[in-house]
Amino acid sequence: MRKFIPKIFLHLVLIIAALLSIFPFYWMFVMATNHNSAITKVPPAFVPGDQLVTNFQNVLKNIDFFGAMGNSVIVSITTTLGVLFFCSLAGFAFAKLHFKGKNILFAFILLTMMIPMQLGLIPQYYIITKLGWLNDLKAIIVPGLVDAFGIFWMRQYITGTIPDELMDAAKIDGSSTFRIYWNIVVPNITPAFATLAIIKFMSVWNDFLWPLTVLRDQASYTIQIAVRALIDNYVRDNGMILSGTFWATFPLIVVFLLFNRLFIDSLTKGALKS
Amino acid sequence: MEPERKKGVVFSKVTKKGKPKQDLIAYLFVSPFFILFAIFGLFPILFSFYIAFQKWNGITAMEFNGFQNFVFVLKDPIFWKSLSNTIIIGILGTFPQLIVAIFLAYALNSALIKLKGLYRAAIFMPYVTSTVAVAIIFGILFSSQDFGLMNVILGWMGMEPVAWSTTEWGVKIAISVMVFWRWVGYNTIIYLAGIQAIPEELYEAAKIDGATLWQRIRYVTIPMLRHVIIFTVFLSTIGALQLFTEPLVYLGRSFREEGITVVLYLWRDAFVNNAFGTASATAVILFFIILLFTSLNVKLSNRIGK
Repeated sequence: MRKFIPKIFLHLVLIIAALLSIFPFYWMFVMATNHNSAITKVPPAFVPGDQLVTNFQNVLKNIDFFGAMGNSVIVSITTTLGVLFFCSLAGFAFAKLHFKGKNILFAFILLTMMIPMQLGLIPQYYIITKLGWLNDLKAIIVPGLVDAFGIFWMRQYITGTIPDELMDAAKIDGSSTFRIYWNIVVPNITPAFATLAIIKFMSVWNDFLWPLTVLRDQASYTIQIAVRALIDNYVRDNGMILSGTFWATFPLIVVFLLFNRLFIDSLTKGALKS
Repeated sequence: MEPERKKGVVFSKVTKKGKPKQDLIAYLFVSPFFILFAIFGLFPILFSFYIAFQKWNGITAMEFNGFQNFVFVLKDPIFWKSLSNTIIIGILGTFPQLIVAIFLAYALNSALIKLKGLYRAAIFMPYVTSTVAVAIIFGILFSSQDFGLMNVILGWMGMEPVAWSTTEWGVKIAISVMVFWRWVGYNTIIYLAGIQAIPEELYEAAKIDGATLWQRIRYVTIPMLRHVIIFTVFLSTIGALQLFTEPLVYLGRSFREEGITVVLYLWRDAFVNNAFGTASATAVILFFIILLFTSLNVKLSNRIGK
């Protein structure tokens, strides 16, 4: 009995926590499928309705939903690929090559992780204006191509997994440093790539402050900015608003449910190491 | 980008003796970070310090005006309001969250294996959602109208509806709940990873000594998780000081005083009022506030770490 009661209690806690975590998703779906009048009566509808298509059509009338999705996909994928390449290259250099000032440079990179980037928001905006990148996806992509955490992460992984002997063998065969990176390092660090890709993709996809600042033109909106624009309407149609939120969230949730193990493992590993 | 084989041979010879060539390649490999950081990170932060002393609307020429921007910001009651809002929401959204996360992690670790994955996924799911989506959903849950779900629930309990989006504490509670909901699962998983590294023998020993559930959490789990807890407190503090998306989406461009945060205050100043000088002064002040909180955190962790 002494063992049994705590166990029931722990399960009860977990069930409540799980339900509270999922409820807003359910509620989002309920509202996305109901007419605004069903949501604004007291008490509101608690079961899904039949307005799924209508609400989404209203979303399409208000924002360029697919265009914004496309922008988010372009921005997230390009940035992620850039980070994977540049960070693994730098991580490789810090892990395996010897050069003057290596430790100082690496310590500097770690230090930059402590500084919130929005402290330089205004000059950043000014630089983007001067470059003529306002309303241009380059404004999001280019500054995001490198990542201090990514370099740190890659260095840790490469140090731990690539034996020096393997590199020496390649050197004796006459491979260049880049060739060693490309043929030996890259194929052996796929798990590190997967982890970093997830972390980076999510943070770019969900970013709000910077895109809001530099993307002022509807055609350049990422999905986060476009979805937020839905609530600017004079007449608040909650069914329409939540339909936009639902369809914008849906792809990430599906991906998460498919790869949830990999997702959670990689994010915790990444977080704990930093 | 295909390097020639010939060059490789030269490279392998050079590495044994003279280093310069390999140095150069290494610098080339690490240079993208330093170039982009210089342009989009370091320079902007330093330049903020410069603009903070100028009168500037972003278009016409800058005009040096000494400490006037700082005087203006520090005399502005709205700035102090934004700072106190940031701190209050930070405390409300963070501390309860970290405490709940420890309990959830403990529960997840000891529950039956079968459902663990399911619970874990459910609790973690909010983190995968964007802050914008969270703020929109909770904005409707915390609607000031009678149909807002929170008010419906209050009605069931026989209470009066609350004007969540227009009252001092209503706004703060709503925003704190958004922060809580999105991050509690993330911290739970981090704690879970930490808990799983605690040797089982410690719990066994505690059990043999007759420790209750609470005592096991208090005297085994929490001390062993010390470093992970410090890490999450650190992250949460920095995150709380940067709070922006939730209040902006929840309150819209009205920038209501009840929910304005320091970053929101800065952003409004720069991109709505075109007052780049005072906005930069705010950024500089925020820089020192973050520095202060960071050193407090470091001090705290040094003390706990010993």
